[in-house]
Amino acid sequence: MQDGNPLSTSSLPPWDEAAARALVAPLIGTAGGLLPALHALQDRFGYVPPAAVAVLADVFNCSRADVHGVISFYDWFRDTPPGRHTLRICRAEACQSMGANALAEHARQRLGIDFHATTADGALSLEPVFCLGNCACAPAVMLDDRLHGRMNPARLDALLTTEAGT
Amino acid sequence: MITVYVPRDAAARSVGADAVAHAIARDATARGLDISLVRNGSWGLFWLEPLVEVDVDGTRIAYGPIETTDVPGLFESGFLRGGSHPRRLGPTRDIEYLKAQERLTFARVGLTDPLSLEDYRAHEGYAGLARALETGPADLVAAITQSGLRGRGGAAFPTGIKWRTVLETKAPQKYIVCNADEGDSGTFSDRMVMEDDPFTLIEGMTIAGLAVGATEGYIYLRVEYPDAWQVLNEAIRRAYAAGFLGADICGSGRRFDLEVRRGAGAYICGEETSLLESLEGKRGQIRFKPPLPAVAGLFGLPTVINNVISLATVPVILARGAEYYRDFGMGRSRGTLPLQLAGNLARGGLVEKAFGVSLRELLYDYGGGSASGRALKGVQVGGPLGAWMPPAQFDTAVDYEAFAACGAMLGHGGIVAVDDTADMAAFARYAMEFCALESCGKCTPCRIGSTRGVEVIDRLLGGQARARDLALLNDLCETMQHASLCALGGLTPLPVQSALKHYPEDFGLHVRDSLATSA
Repeated sequence: MQDGNPLSTSSLPPWDEAAARALVAPLIGTAGGLLPALHALQDRFGYVPPAAVAVLADVFNCSRADVHGVISFYDWFRDTPPGRHTLRICRAEACQSMGANALAEHARQRLGIDFHATTADGALSLEPVFCLGNCACAPAVMLDDRLHGRMNPARLDALLTTEAGT
Repeated sequence: MITVYVPRDAAARSVGADAVAHAIARDATARGLDISLVRNGSWGLFWLEPLVEVDVDGTRIAYGPIETTDVPGLFESGFLRGGSHPRRLGPTRDIEYLKAQERLTFARVGLTDPLSLEDYRAHEGYAGLARALETGPADLVAAITQSGLRGRGGAAFPTGIKWRTVLETKAPQKYIVCNADEGDSGTFSDRMVMEDDPFTLIEGMTIAGLAVGATEGYIYLRVEYPDAWQVLNEAIRRAYAAGFLGADICGSGRRFDLEVRRGAGAYICGEETSLLESLEGKRGQIRFKPPLPAVAGLFGLPTVINNVISLATVPVILARGAEYYRDFGMGRSRGTLPLQLAGNLARGGLVEKAFGVSLRELLYDYGGGSASGRALKGVQVGGPLGAWMPPAQFDTAVDYEAFAACGAMLGHGGIVAVDDTADMAAFARYAMEFCALESCGKCTPCRIGSTRGVEVIDRLLGGQARARDLALLNDLCETMQHASLCALGGLTPLPVQSALKHYPEDFGLHVRDSLATSA
């Protein structure tokens, strides 16, 4: 089991190489351990900084290019610190059929940022996502690790105000 | 003590189930009432969520949708004794939407506490494994073959044949891999099984291990499902503790170990070979086939890779017999399919039916037509790579072959409905855009073709040289379809060309212009 909320990014420690090495050490003998290691780092620090590449290459006995190639393949892993909260808005068809495009536009306007960006005050990162499995309660968003359905601009505003302070 | 049920399913929680559960517990305490609050799975009647149930003398009475502000009124109306209330729906089992379903794979979903092994076993759980432990590998594989089960992930390949290949391939180690990278828009049946009845997946994978001689299993779960991640890990922990996983399953001396691994937001990892690469800790780029994963899969060893629903259906096949399952369905589509009604529908939800039900019944009798009250313009079945189907095709039966015959695909059984305000040209453009975003980059038709596809559709909609751009788009689609290495590039033309064929006016084309696309 994970401790607490694996995706909650509101209070994260700064990057610490020794802590990172200790975190991934149990995965050294694990077959295909690089992805679980990347998750472990991002769960802890909120992102996988460029400095982690050399550490992982060393720990898993592969080239930095290999590690970089894996990190850059997956949208989930980010190389910059996230905001205190992360809002993911579903962009897929079922949510589109219920107004997701307008919802996304509203979020961009309200926050003053585009997707893949973080507000200037560091409060919130905005990310697109393609399906949250909540297609019968569309449109759906995920704030940190909590799913929210039947969204509309007013409900999103209320959510951001109460849960993310933005 | 009176038992009250409020679902813990992520979709129910996404519309306030936690707050409702909290309010019910608080009000009960304040009123000095002793209740037992169970967080069950969701029945999949999502327009009624949060759905609250009360056990009244052995009958579950449903109320929904319930908001926290309804809770005091529920107590005042005596809902703990099944009292009348504007939101009272009557006995859950008698709700028409549920009553008319044929729930085999989803038999326990909604009924039980997902993490209670006791509840699971009280409702036929682990009956399949008990049968499997008395049956030899060859007979187990034969039972799956006889049941007619085909891969529910979308490809519909006969599960028994896949298992037989793994069984017959000699190797020091074999694997069972569950593809839980359910990334298709409009699908949530995998998520529901994993959150609402996780032991059925664990049991199905254990049986698969016994059948083919594999002692290790992995569930490759998409990272966008944090609730499923929590529930699966806890369920696995409990299964180990109770001796249903590990070195000595139920005292049989047989081993099966199981672990959940998270994906990282790549749609392509739902493709089986890409998923295996990802499990090995690599970029999720697809592999050439052959060799098939059944011969050389995870870490180069024989691997059964099946979708969540396929594996979660194995226990009921074993428990009730292959014939029982096979007797549902039509043609070569045997058994049932958990369909997912999504998008612009009044009553979105999970509908498990025997193959043969028509799209029209699903959309209107179950779905209740559009949520917006406007006319339905069409549906996309089978995810972002599925065809758009207009109302003229709504009488198509849910059957792999019937869908293929009209140029569509059933896929994972997700149905996304759109009303008459939808712009189908925008959806066609989106299909190419999505492919460009999610392409693994290994083959040119998918990697480059999808980007060119977006450009050509933009030019087509721009209005200059329409005939030339239309011909170019069709040519591009044909190239992607025939020359891509996997289904992502190969099927992206399906939503594009079906939109062009059925909705030419949305592209500013006359019906005559679009006829070329129907060839």
